[in-house]
Amino acid sequence: MSLLKVSNLGVQFQTNDGVVSAVNGVSFELEKGQTLGIVGESGSGKSQTVLAMMGLLAKNGKTTGEALYQGKNLLAMSPAELNRIRGDRLAMIFQDPMTSLNPYLTVERQMTEVLELHKGISRRGAKKRAIELLDAVRIPEAARRINMYPHEFSGGMRQRVMIAMALLCEPEVLIADEPTTALDVTVQAQILTLLKELQRDFGTSIVMITHDLGVVAGLCEKVMVMYGGRAMEYGSADNIFYQPSHPYTIGLLGALPRLDHDGSELVSIPGNPPNMARMPKGCPFSERCTHASSRCADELPALAASSVNPQVLRACHKPADELQQAAQEVAHV
Amino acid sequence: MWSYTFRRVLATIPTLLAVITVCYLLLHLTPGGPFDGERKVSAAVLANLQAKYHLDLPLWQQYLYYIKSLLQGDLGASFRYADWSVNDLVGKALPVSAAIGGGAIVISLFIGVALGIVAALRQNSLIDYLVMLLGNIGGAFPSFVLGPVLVMVFAIGLEWLPAGGWDDFALRYMVLPMALLVFINISTIGRVMRGSMIEVLGSNFIRTARAKGLPMRTIVLRHALKPALMPVVSVIGPLAISSITAAVVTETVFGLPGLGKLIVNGAANRDYTLVLGLVVLVTVITVVLNLLVDLAYALLDPKIRY
Repeated sequence: MSLLKVSNLGVQFQTNDGVVSAVNGVSFELEKGQTLGIVGESGSGKSQTVLAMMGLLAKNGKTTGEALYQGKNLLAMSPAELNRIRGDRLAMIFQDPMTSLNPYLTVERQMTEVLELHKGISRRGAKKRAIELLDAVRIPEAARRINMYPHEFSGGMRQRVMIAMALLCEPEVLIADEPTTALDVTVQAQILTLLKELQRDFGTSIVMITHDLGVVAGLCEKVMVMYGGRAMEYGSADNIFYQPSHPYTIGLLGALPRLDHDGSELVSIPGNPPNMARMPKGCPFSERCTHASSRCADELPALAASSVNPQVLRACHKPADELQQAAQEVAHV
Repeated sequence: MWSYTFRRVLATIPTLLAVITVCYLLLHLTPGGPFDGERKVSAAVLANLQAKYHLDLPLWQQYLYYIKSLLQGDLGASFRYADWSVNDLVGKALPVSAAIGGGAIVISLFIGVALGIVAALRQNSLIDYLVMLLGNIGGAFPSFVLGPVLVMVFAIGLEWLPAGGWDDFALRYMVLPMALLVFINISTIGRVMRGSMIEVLGSNFIRTARAKGLPMRTIVLRHALKPALMPVVSVIGPLAISSITAAVVTETVFGLPGLGKLIVNGAANRDYTLVLGLVVLVTVITVVLNLLVDLAYALLDPKIRY
């Protein structure tokens, strides 16, 4: 049995303009020690997918489908049941370390409360353990710094504190929602290396949400590419990176700036992400897709095994071999 | 923090001096004097009275006399209430106002904060609407309407409490005026608390607290209360000042011998020393309460250091 098995997850928001579907029919599985990357542009529904699993949706949000953690559906749990799991077995780190820590409480209080709650450890014992974790994420002088307030730490240091806090109870799954987006590049690399090492030492499974394909390449074994609230392509990182078989994935990879090529022009995918309140009837990417036919605009492609590589699931009407051939021709020009 | 407090107290001196000077000039600029009554006194008596209170001297000399006695802690003699010094009058009225106004503020703080939290947690529910309605009534109706309504219901109708009067801090006489002030104050405190609590509960660090699996009670009391209290602290200063020093209507409705009543009588009687003495007192109370508010900020928010 997978550690985490999400099937057909949907997220809807009740707004003044009617019901908006942010996530539709997303499914994935996560095994122990594995890292899954969820990639997509802003508004692709990647964050809402994991927030739904953690019971952290905004008040007007509703979920459909199921997210099984060890066979129990997280989406149907009572708040008390969910509170026993989140923070303990499932932990999360957020995008913005500047605002995700409580500015009114010391780091010590914010860390020890997790252990007091889930492990029933005394505050003194919890503090000792918290200092060990701060050491593990390489915060210098952890024993002294633990008594400080978040505003006395830099952004990168705060994200380290967040990671240490998330790992206190040695969770089985760590959900990282764009953990490096708000940090500068050198700090990003440090944080990613740290996550990799911690995963090795603690055996934690990671769900990494990001729009940075470089992050995925360095960290993830499996990748799900999302667009318009749907999974576009889902497979091993190697397959997705070296043989992308979906026009959106191909576009994303093509948009990566490269230093080894001449020319300074930045490539982008033309157009904008679709408005969630007025989704196209067919494939959400059809409006921006260079391969789109009239069928794409009318009929939603199902996520199905690729004809080229059955290990890869893709949602596209155009056969994978045709697309890959076309992509190679473009690359040779 | 001590040096900050000391500097703030020092800064009070010029403030106080400015307030006294302006007030002194205003009082003397208005026509009429303390001894202009319907019953004319003879010229000789008037001259005697004026000499006794130094009213025959040039204004700047009178002013210096006043400042001199003020420095000795003497607010002077009342022009109107013979045999009473302003110190005596204030000494009798201040405890009454401090007990009623101060007590009301403490009670309003607890009730207002509690109501604000409940309303924020049950946003747009029946409880929320009831709290907001109560707040709007307290905010919209003036105390000279709410006061008599309280008297009608609890004193005349139910006969539970006296309609007014004062008996040496007997609780029976304090309940209704305090209830009136509490009602008015919680309308502001409750609304501010509700708004700030809703805002804080939507912030990122509360989402983190929820992701840690903390129960709602811990989230509200440990994580959200302090930041949500900051705007309440800002309004509590002015509310406390007005409840203690300017509860004129409340004191009149319930016939209380407090500061509000004294200041109105003093102004009506041209009792220069009494009005000036009260102005000094109100200024000092205002400065002290504002200082306490600023110190409370530092107590709540670790980012603020003096």
